[in-house]
Amino acid sequence: MLNSLLDGLGILGTSPEMLAMFVGFGLVVGVLFGFFGMGGSFLVTPALLMLDYPAPIAVGSGMAFVFGTAIIATLKHHDLGQVDYKLGVIMITGTTIGIEVGRASVYYLESLGFAGGIISIAYVVLLGGVGAMVTRDALKGDGGGGIDHEAADKDLSEYEIPEVAKTIQQKVRIPPMVTLRGDVRVSAWVITAVAFATGLLSGFLGVGGGFIRMPAMIYAIGVPVPVAVGTDLFEIVFSGGLGSYLYGQGGGVDLGIVAPLLLGSALGARIGSAATAVVDADGIKIYFGGMLLVGATAVGVGEIGSYIGNSTLELLGLVLVIGAAVVVALAILYTAISSLRVTHRQQTSTAD
Amino acid sequence: MLEGESMAGLEIPTWDPETALLIGTILLEAVVLYVGYGGLERLFGPYLMKLLVGGEENAQ
Repeated sequence: MLNSLLDGLGILGTSPEMLAMFVGFGLVVGVLFGFFGMGGSFLVTPALLMLDYPAPIAVGSGMAFVFGTAIIATLKHHDLGQVDYKLGVIMITGTTIGIEVGRASVYYLESLGFAGGIISIAYVVLLGGVGAMVTRDALKGDGGGGIDHEAADKDLSEYEIPEVAKTIQQKVRIPPMVTLRGDVRVSAWVITAVAFATGLLSGFLGVGGGFIRMPAMIYAIGVPVPVAVGTDLFEIVFSGGLGSYLYGQGGGVDLGIVAPLLLGSALGARIGSAATAVVDADGIKIYFGGMLLVGATAVGVGEIGSYIGNSTLELLGLVLVIGAAVVVALAILYTAISSLRVTHRQQTSTAD
Repeated sequence: MLEGESMAGLEIPTWDPETALLIGTILLEAVVLYVGYGGLERLFGPYLMKLLVGGEENAQ
């Protein structure tokens, strides 16, 4: 009975060695996700592609993994009171409509022959704009530019609202007004407009949208950073769930991949987020950047390998992707344990 | 209630019990893992921390 169920769900289609490897990879990805608050899941799809899984399974299973990870992360942020469901529901509605309009505009521009050029320009403006805004904020002081996933100790009302958001809150007071977590009072129309705009961009550029949505919630609506993170995760549960369902219908979600990955990553995420309490993230951010670069190179190397039919290059690509992630995860663990020991030793000597 | 026949250009999801079961399984696994690992952390967390932090002293 159990066998037939597991078989039907695809678990038994994966060999025990592969299952163990997925749990291990999930653990590494989880540590990275827990520590940096992002950037584990996008390693999964390239790794699956390099393992010779067909593209729909690599993308579909990667998306299902994101869905599972988002559920776990949302539950955690819910426990910390950092998910604003009211904001989430309004955002989901606006985003969905925006995505559809964005997609329709791509087809329209394509028919006019302008799509490629306009999309590239939109990318440059958007990434440049977001990057400049975050960097300016970070340079202005108190290191507030980063997305702090673990700022649980700080009271939500203590978060400083960016000037842009303050101006919008004061000037646009079209009812109905909505009170959000952290005592932010804003017009529902502002939220809908932000959601629609981010959805439009996301549908237009074909990206998940988290990297647009989060800064938009912080800078345009004035939501405290932890709430923006928690609410964004809540949205990902929906978009990831819908995406996984659509891929699943075409046989793109392999439970034999997703289940062991989640098993490892849920544990890794706990370890990673516990490490943020003792390790200064700024010091490790440089490794993170390095890991992304190595990952990008690895995907390129693997792609060239498969193009020219060189299996050694393909293998090298895979080893680089997984290796870079493992090295950064180990660096986090090593630094966390070392700094814990130093603190412990200092406390012991003070007590003496 | 029919299974989705084509993936090409699929925009509105059609009801498919098998896929719903698959996605439901992932959802359930995620919740079980969150609760399960949470319980394990509460049970063994302090012991593990002592082991990791005090490891050097124990070795001496």
